[in-house]
Amino acid sequence: MNQPILSIRELTTVFKTDLGLVRAVDGLDLDVPSSSTLGIVGESGCGKSTVGLSIMKLIPDPPGRIVRGRILFGQQDLTRLSNNRMRRIRGNEISMIFQEPMTSLNPVRRIGSLISEVIRLHQGVSWKEAREKSIQALAQVKIPSPELRVDDYPHEMSGGMRQRAMIALAISCTPRLIIADEPTTALDVTIQAQILSLLKGIQTSLGTSIILITHDLGVIAENTEQVAVMYAGQLVEYAATSRVFEQPLHPYTTGLLLSVPRLGSKAEQKRRLKVIPGAVPNLLTLPPGCRFAQRCEQVKPECRHSEPDLIDRGNGHLVRCWKYA
Amino acid sequence: MPDPTPAAVSSLPERRSFGSLAWRRFLRHKLALIGTGTMVLIIIVALLAPLISPHDPNHVDLMEAREGPSKAHPLGSDVVGRDVLSRLIYGSRVSLSVGLVAVSIYVVIGTILGALAGYFGGWVDMVISRLIDAVLSFPVLMLILVIVGTLGPSIFNIMIVLGLLGWPEVARIVRGQTLSVREELYVLSSEAAGAGSRRIIVKDIIPNILSPIIVNATFGVARAILIEAGLSFLGMGVQPPTASWGNMLNDAQSLSILENMPWMWVPPGMIIFIATISINFMGDGLRDALDPKLN
Amino acid sequence: MRTFILKRIIIALPVILLVTMIMYLIINLAPGDPIDMLVGLEGLSPDEVEQTKISLGLHQPIYVRYVKWLGQMVQGNLGYSFLDQQPVIDRLVERLVPTFSLMIFVIVVSFLVAVPIGVISAVRQYSWVDYLATALAFIGISFPNFFSGLVGIYIFSLTLHWLPTGGLQTVGQTFSLGDGLTHLLLPGLVLALREVGVLVRYTRSSMLDVIRQDYVRTARASGLSEWSVVLGHALRNALLPLISMLGLTIPRLFAGVVIIEQIFQWPGMGRLAIEAILSRDYPVLMGLTLCTAVMVLLGNLLADILYGVADPRIRLTGKR
Repeated sequence: MNQPILSIRELTTVFKTDLGLVRAVDGLDLDVPSSSTLGIVGESGCGKSTVGLSIMKLIPDPPGRIVRGRILFGQQDLTRLSNNRMRRIRGNEISMIFQEPMTSLNPVRRIGSLISEVIRLHQGVSWKEAREKSIQALAQVKIPSPELRVDDYPHEMSGGMRQRAMIALAISCTPRLIIADEPTTALDVTIQAQILSLLKGIQTSLGTSIILITHDLGVIAENTEQVAVMYAGQLVEYAATSRVFEQPLHPYTTGLLLSVPRLGSKAEQKRRLKVIPGAVPNLLTLPPGCRFAQRCEQVKPECRHSEPDLIDRGNGHLVRCWKYA
Repeated sequence: MPDPTPAAVSSLPERRSFGSLAWRRFLRHKLALIGTGTMVLIIIVALLAPLISPHDPNHVDLMEAREGPSKAHPLGSDVVGRDVLSRLIYGSRVSLSVGLVAVSIYVVIGTILGALAGYFGGWVDMVISRLIDAVLSFPVLMLILVIVGTLGPSIFNIMIVLGLLGWPEVARIVRGQTLSVREELYVLSSEAAGAGSRRIIVKDIIPNILSPIIVNATFGVARAILIEAGLSFLGMGVQPPTASWGNMLNDAQSLSILENMPWMWVPPGMIIFIATISINFMGDGLRDALDPKLN
Repeated sequence: MRTFILKRIIIALPVILLVTMIMYLIINLAPGDPIDMLVGLEGLSPDEVEQTKISLGLHQPIYVRYVKWLGQMVQGNLGYSFLDQQPVIDRLVERLVPTFSLMIFVIVVSFLVAVPIGVISAVRQYSWVDYLATALAFIGISFPNFFSGLVGIYIFSLTLHWLPTGGLQTVGQTFSLGDGLTHLLLPGLVLALREVGVLVRYTRSSMLDVIRQDYVRTARASGLSEWSVVLGHALRNALLPLISMLGLTIPRLFAGVVIIEQIFQWPGMGRLAIEAILSRDYPVLMGLTLCTAVMVLLGNLLADILYGVADPRIRLTGKR
């Protein structure tokens, strides 16, 4: 319970582009606590999806590559694993679900066939047994009449059902860790709630750890116990979710929270939405110093000078800001 | 579609113009550059034909017939004593002109019809689309053969026929592009400003959809050259005494010439191949340069 | 499905009408009287020539003649060849088999060769295999087929004596499969050269498209080996457009067939076309036009049907 299920140290993932080398993830240190949900939140381009893909070692090479760092899972450093060993982990001990259920399932294969294939691959059972297990997996994700649905093609299902099917695929071999990359962004709000509660249920019943990657603070608030805030490829704040929402330390986090429209007292409703001025910095031409300095309201001269380190403010609350140096 | 490049990169300010980026991409294409260089060479040869050709290509001299390569005839002579090299040089004029003229004709027709169909929609689109489908359903070669066979083979006829039959493909592309560009902001603002349809099509739409047209036209030239050569080979294209790479190969249908006098048919065949593949390389390079996502 | 086919056939009919009409017009625009081309008229007096003309109905105006032809065609009568007075249909049928055997050979060989090369090319993009395959593909599509035919004969017949120079079979012998195949090999391979080039490019680009799709990433995320992903997930999707290509290949091959049959003295429909044009055998030409127009339309129809059957999204819902 106390040992994190996954530990990332100094992870740096780069992409080669026409105009130069981009460090999508730059020196990331992160612990994923076991049997709970860690949220990774940030704007588009902050590197959160890249973290998920890096853990799974699914970064397309070219143009991307993990150039530095360690990803410790159990006794193994995933970055050092051979392709073969890594394949035994994918879909088996660590699974990933993606954002677009519409396009993430093979349109010419039946759902049952997709799931059975993976079960057979990792568990070596017969087709018949694998089919039984597929039906069970579909039942676990609360798809009605799973024994009929197992032979459906993806286009015969609704968006919400497709996402459930993808989750079924991900849990079919009872992984220890599930990485969910914006699993609900492409879905209706009502379906969103169902999917998220489904994930919660899986976590409790199977004891799985979950990394929930999203840009939606509302999702973070309701569904995670721990949260990591990312900006421009770096971790800027890390703490228990309740702490971050009650006492955000980093100016970026504060800005994010203030920019969320809220229902509440009349005064709250009349409040103008606070927007963080400026835009995400160009990763090719990062200014020296703190990456958030250009947009920070509380910026000080030293912020533009050098990059702050990650500081522990006690109770497991980490923040990267000169305010707390 | 998963785009691994992080969003932060896609939101970069446009440092360089589209043209210079495209140019850089084209220059990286070694094969395209070789192809372009070769074609430039061939074009120069065609333009300077009278100056660099050692003999009059149509000069018949039976005493010198069927001779292998020699000092007088660097590539030998054909069955009636004409210099192969000179005919090869002059043949470039035929191939290039057929290619360029035919493609120009059908690009113009296809672009106009495609743009009209895409821009106006409605019954205009319906009529033109049906026309496109109909022409595409024609057995084109039969039509070409019959036209050329009955109306007489000539370089002019071939150009016209290829021009009149090649437009549907371009029209389809232009129509599709027009449809997608039609709702862009710059078109809508021109319409709001009261600009006439013709002006909008010519000034706003067409300049922005040139890339696929250019690529298609380039490959089209290669195809046209092959078709002309094939027709001339069959005796239905450019007729002797005018030299065409295709009709130079006609003689080789006799087995004795094929076996014993390779200088008559290998050079024209090779040059057709070289010209065609050079243009194809150019087209490939252009396609990558102008629209890298397509590859 | 049935209504779909029926609808397509109904739309196709006016096109066939249009094509044959245009063809008839062009043929009759040729300078010179069609009668002049008829064999066997030398030595006849002008009166007798006139009689023959009337008896053949050649004195009537174009549109009348066309409608007559149409009427007869619908009844299955395509007229008689000017050359030898034999029914056009017979000539067409006897030439059909050689041409089709050539085409089928080409299609089978080129698919079997091109698809694996295209797949490997895409999976190992930018490797030497990819460059080699792309280079070969370019060579294939740029090599004029009449030239490769001549080169082929030069190397394999005249120099190496492995294969015959042309014809359907060795003259004088009774037909044997082996003999027929050796005669089929060279023209077939020459035609296949270009086809392979086209198909390799097509397969490669289709495969490249598919490999970038999200569902391929999902398959990889499940731990499947690269080859399982390629064969079981990517290929099945990449093949869909290729399958519909099958239908379009036949009409496309026809152009090459005309030239190759000429070089190799192959008694097929392509050669018939050339003979008919050179001898102004209009009934045969009209018959051939009809044949090829139908071929093109059937090819398109087949392509759509095959695609509809192969793609479960269309097969089950009936529409895209």
